[in-house]
Amino acid sequence: MVVDLLADDARADLVFNALADATRRDIVRRSVAGELSVSALARSYPMSVTAVQKHVAVLERAGLVHKERHGREQRVRADVEAVQAAARLLDDLEQLWRERLDRFATALDDLIDH
Amino acid sequence: MPVIDITKDPATCSMTIVCEYDAPVERCWQLWSDPRQLERWWGPPVYPATFVAHDLTPGAFCTYFMTGPDGDTPHGWWRVVSVEPPHGFEVEDGFGDEPGSDNGMPLTTMRVRLADRSGGGTRMTVTSTYASAEAMAQLLEMGMEEGIRLAAGQIDAILEAG
Repeated sequence: MVVDLLADDARADLVFNALADATRRDIVRRSVAGELSVSALARSYPMSVTAVQKHVAVLERAGLVHKERHGREQRVRADVEAVQAAARLLDDLEQLWRERLDRFATALDDLIDH
Repeated sequence: MPVIDITKDPATCSMTIVCEYDAPVERCWQLWSDPRQLERWWGPPVYPATFVAHDLTPGAFCTYFMTGPDGDTPHGWWRVVSVEPPHGFEVEDGFGDEPGSDNGMPLTTMRVRLADRSGGGTRMTVTSTYASAEAMAQLLEMGMEEGIRLAAGQIDAILEAG
């Protein structure tokens, strides 16, 4: 079950704190699309390689990405399952309220009809 | 689909939904302020809600239970924080049959705002804020997902029978 991945409170907080930053969300988005080196990532943002490395470290602690060494290069790969689990949690909540507000609309129509 | 905007903020564990209805603010308010109206839509079809107490006065409690397909009756409560009829209210939203106690379950804050839409109708904004990501996960784990799945299944059954 998806929620199990986030059920541990420390883990869930790490995941959501990691995703609370726009640069880190962008790193996740790019590394879901394909493996990227830290230096290639650094060229995409107006910040130093060290700063990007720090963002990657936050994502790594949250289990959202993994780092792999390829020769002299460090590559970042997203843990797709972990990323999906985080997204699903908020999506499930959205779904719950969408359905509730649809029922609200139906009840409102009934109220007007009678 | 009445929903026109959804903002999900993982940083504050909150979600804001904006929706619009053609009915005026007073009518929309009735769906929250009249417990018999509220019962029509608060719970999913397979977990309909029954409000035992309903008093939208600051400090008062509203209590309800939902009746599940297997006869299970999970209880819930709201502690009213503030009310501004017919323009909205804020409650602390908890589970368990002891109002005011968290019963080991996470609490949520729910804020509802009803505003006149230009050109008629109502713009309703609902903001749910969770104590933590863990609280959010725990609430979803507690059968909320199951409720959605059952509701979807019920629709399929009705369509097949139709």
